[in-house]
Amino acid sequence: MADIRYLAPRTLDEAIGAFAAAGSAARILAGGTDLLVQVRSGIVKPGVIVDIKKISEMTEIAETADGGFRIGAAASGMALAEHPRFGKVWPGVLEAVNLIGSKQVQGRASAGGNLCNGSPAGDSVPAMIAAGAIVTVQGPDGRREMKVEEVPAGPGRTNLKPGEILVSFVLPPRAPGSGDAYLRMIPRTEMDIAVVGLGVSLTLENGVCTAARVGLGAVAPTALLVEAAGAALIGSKLDDAALEKAAEACRSACRPIDDKRGTIAYRVKTAGVLLKRTAAIAAQRATGK
Amino acid sequence: MAKIHVTTTINGEPMEYLCEPDDTMLDALRGPLGLTGSKEGCASGDCGACSITVDDRLVCSCLMLAAEAEGHELRTIEGMADGERLHPLQQKFLEQAALQCGICTSGMLVASDALLRKNPDPSEEEVRFWLAGNLCRCTGYDKIVRAVLDAAAEMREATREAAQ
Repeated sequence: MADIRYLAPRTLDEAIGAFAAAGSAARILAGGTDLLVQVRSGIVKPGVIVDIKKISEMTEIAETADGGFRIGAAASGMALAEHPRFGKVWPGVLEAVNLIGSKQVQGRASAGGNLCNGSPAGDSVPAMIAAGAIVTVQGPDGRREMKVEEVPAGPGRTNLKPGEILVSFVLPPRAPGSGDAYLRMIPRTEMDIAVVGLGVSLTLENGVCTAARVGLGAVAPTALLVEAAGAALIGSKLDDAALEKAAEACRSACRPIDDKRGTIAYRVKTAGVLLKRTAAIAAQRATGK
Repeated sequence: MAKIHVTTTINGEPMEYLCEPDDTMLDALRGPLGLTGSKEGCASGDCGACSITVDDRLVCSCLMLAAEAEGHELRTIEGMADGERLHPLQQKFLEQAALQCGICTSGMLVASDALLRKNPDPSEEEVRFWLAGNLCRCTGYDKIVRAVLDAAAEMREATREAAQ
């Protein structure tokens, strides 16, 4: 029996105190769908497990006064799916979150955990990047905000400082004529790890794209914001030339590995294909068709 | 290390138990609580044999710490039948031979029940997607999917009759 301690603080301050005091031996428990597997297999041997789900801010899903959303870092995918409004405003983020594992896993797994687990293939991350999500983190030195794409540092690593906890995501208010979408390529039809994952969020005014962001996953050590792809779409009517330029930007951004799920060449080519398909779905949602 | 004292509700009954900090909910169910209907298949959240609901959400009890149950409402396979009277899902699984070795069955039933509580009239595709986290190495799934669809139809019929 390892000497693990389990703490379920009621306030964020208590959680940060306990987490920081335990140093590198502490682990945050949100849904636990990654952590408990890592503990059981001996990859991680935490001295302290800090369960953050008794802190209401960590599990809340709230519409902000300006029409955006604040999502607690430990809110489960199923809680997001059950929210009456979230999926209508951010269907792409929701479909990405609901591609994570089985219904059982979605009952527990959170977007915060998906981000902090640091997998380059985490499905929710490219969709959150496309959405322009800002995260709030809090540590012994107080609160700060980061762009979601600044959080991952590499496989299994984040840019959070020692003792910092991810608190929430804020998704901005939506302009009229906006839509988002997420697609991933996997070798099977369900329940697999992305070979490429791609999120697009865009706004159309009279058929012209006025804003676009593209998040790309599973093709580099971290999920990426592909600014050149968004820039290629802005100002266009999403015509073939603009889409090909954006697809090329995605292919150029890839720095993938070869593994059993896909070769480097396949991942690079697929990134371009997914850009076109995902942009089409986002555009369809933006125009309400 | 002191054990953790947990007070929770399981199948509508208040329950208390002691657990180690790293015990899973499945460990507690099958150990001190003696509820051995939930099975351990993979212990990594892949197979669904340990499925339970926590506050009506379907979860793998192997991916939850026993200490986390404090203050929540859990449902397990043991709460499914009404005394000697089987739940329509259980009855259809039996009638249609939707099980062979039985290891996956309680998880399949708990997951199917969670689906029908949310959606009493699922399509075949919805049933298959919902049960994608429950692995069965015997049946090939067809009989399970048919049993769930037939049980759902029977439950809808019963609801209609009760309303009249």
